[in-house]
Amino acid sequence: MSAGGDRAAAFARRSRWRPGEILLWIAVAAAPFAFPDRLVLASQILVTATFALSLDLLLGYAGMISLGHAAFFGIGAYAAGILTVHGWTEPISGLLAAAAIAGVCGYLAGLIVVRLHGVALLMVTMGLGLLVAELANVMQSVTGGSDGLSGVTLSPLLGRFDFDMFGRTAYAYTLVVAFGAFLLVRRIVHSPFGLALQGYRENPTRMAQIGAPMAARLRLVNALAACIAGLAGALLTQTTQFVSLDYVGFERSAEVLIILILGGGGRLYGGLVGALVFMVGRDVFSEANPQYWYFWLGALLVLIVLFMPSGILGGGASLWARVRSRRGGAAA
Amino acid sequence: MAEQLFQLVFNGLAYGFLLFVMAIGLSVTMGMMNFVNLAHGAFAMLGGYLSISLTGAMGVPFLLSLPIAFFAVGIVSAGFEAVLYRRFYRAPQLSQVLLTIGLSFMAVAGATYAWGGQVSMVHVPAWLIGQTHLFGTEVGSYRLFLIAVGAAVALALVFGLERTRFGAMVRATVDNRRMAQSLGINVNRVFRLTFALGSGLAGLGGALAVDYLGGLQPIFPLGYMLVYILIVVTVGGMGSTLGALLAAMVLGLSDAAAKFYAPQLASFAIYFVMVVLLLWRPQGILGRR
Repeated sequence: MSAGGDRAAAFARRSRWRPGEILLWIAVAAAPFAFPDRLVLASQILVTATFALSLDLLLGYAGMISLGHAAFFGIGAYAAGILTVHGWTEPISGLLAAAAIAGVCGYLAGLIVVRLHGVALLMVTMGLGLLVAELANVMQSVTGGSDGLSGVTLSPLLGRFDFDMFGRTAYAYTLVVAFGAFLLVRRIVHSPFGLALQGYRENPTRMAQIGAPMAARLRLVNALAACIAGLAGALLTQTTQFVSLDYVGFERSAEVLIILILGGGGRLYGGLVGALVFMVGRDVFSEANPQYWYFWLGALLVLIVLFMPSGILGGGASLWARVRSRRGGAAA
Repeated sequence: MAEQLFQLVFNGLAYGFLLFVMAIGLSVTMGMMNFVNLAHGAFAMLGGYLSISLTGAMGVPFLLSLPIAFFAVGIVSAGFEAVLYRRFYRAPQLSQVLLTIGLSFMAVAGATYAWGGQVSMVHVPAWLIGQTHLFGTEVGSYRLFLIAVGAAVALALVFGLERTRFGAMVRATVDNRRMAQSLGINVNRVFRLTFALGSGLAGLGGALAVDYLGGLQPIFPLGYMLVYILIVVTVGGMGSTLGALLAAMVLGLSDAAAKFYAPQLASFAIYFVMVVLLLWRPQGILGRR
């Protein structure tokens, strides 16, 4: 067998579907039957998971930290809202257009941020996020400013399914789009391009030494991550029929970072697990008292950083590995 | 016209000195340990609320509440350093960011629990309220006070850093931690003291900020003041006292000017200039690394 064949076989092995993944998606698809009255929350969890997935591509796989990722979520959300308000009410094309706009903005931001490291990178991503948020605030005639953009009324999906008040159409639509985004990112991270990103994450100097042209790849991954973040933002606009300034604020950038780390970065499903725990936790705690929710969220974050730096999925995986090795040791 | 300009510069300087007092501790500790402490604003808030409680229910004079805020916050921060922060000096930047965002969230919730979510006011003495006559025009008394305190802190810092033994140890550690260590400087002890002093200054700045900002709210550690503090630290160059002073003055003056001439675009202009400056010099205006 040739070396090329070996390599192809290695990539095929890496990208094989595991049983856990298939079970997970069956569970997500079955959720509306188990919780028929919590569909709005379920849709929002999927939107947040898609947003966290986009950050996973950037931070979890390429190792590029961002404190302003909500900028692209917000750009997608506002683009979808503004298009609809101005008469482009067909949902699917509107969604793709919004994602494309966010992707272009992400590419432009990538031109800047790939040159930076460390604290300067943190500050510039945060600064770009704040700039977009300020822009949305100032351009009141277009974005509605602090009142938010309302009156986002879509045509029926595929010309047949109205967005009903129980959120059934919205959930199905969100599920299909989120699944599509996961498929796309799954394909990306298992490609040679994705492998190069992970190489950069593990050791940027080494990648430069072996002559890997990383700058172009990092610009591309910035554009892709922004595009998927914009997709998530547009999805939220279309399913809630409203856009507000907190879609684009610093809190949302911090929130998505927390969600990803909570679930575990660089594992594809960390965003989904994190979004589930975070959103359900917030739903339960906020009913009692929203301030306590922030306290426990902060405490959880400190504990995770101290004791479980690879998140729920990473912690679970190492626990599973330990159990397995102990069992193997007992058999031997 | 000239009077207007004077007012503008005066207000800008007052704000600049306030920013300097709040940010200088973070600048020195970040320069020393390269530790990203996003919870610096939480220490500032603690100082602010201490001053509010002391001058309110307990009837302590405002001027006395300032040193109490300084020392109390310094001691509290040394506790955090010993228990939590020191484990993270070698950790990846992401862990430091997450740890300190987590602490800020807890501080926001804790302050809401202890002092309520509403705007809390501080009781300042009568001579700090209203206007004072200066160079033939009327200026805000409190702003004049801010400039005086800020200038005193800046002078004390420069003297302390340049002329004392401890200051020399701090400068050596910022310049080259490993070399300082091999010369027999106990770097961890120097760092803990510097951290406590810097956080104490943040507490003092927080106490000074309450009246200037028209009250304090629990969201303070995550609000725009944190962004402004970080701008001062990064644009000035981490570890550079002069850089932080320069950046604080430029930021204070531009904020005053932008709010006067184009209030709509003020924040936008400031964030834009920060991004451009950091692209031009990622290590800050006067930073070396």
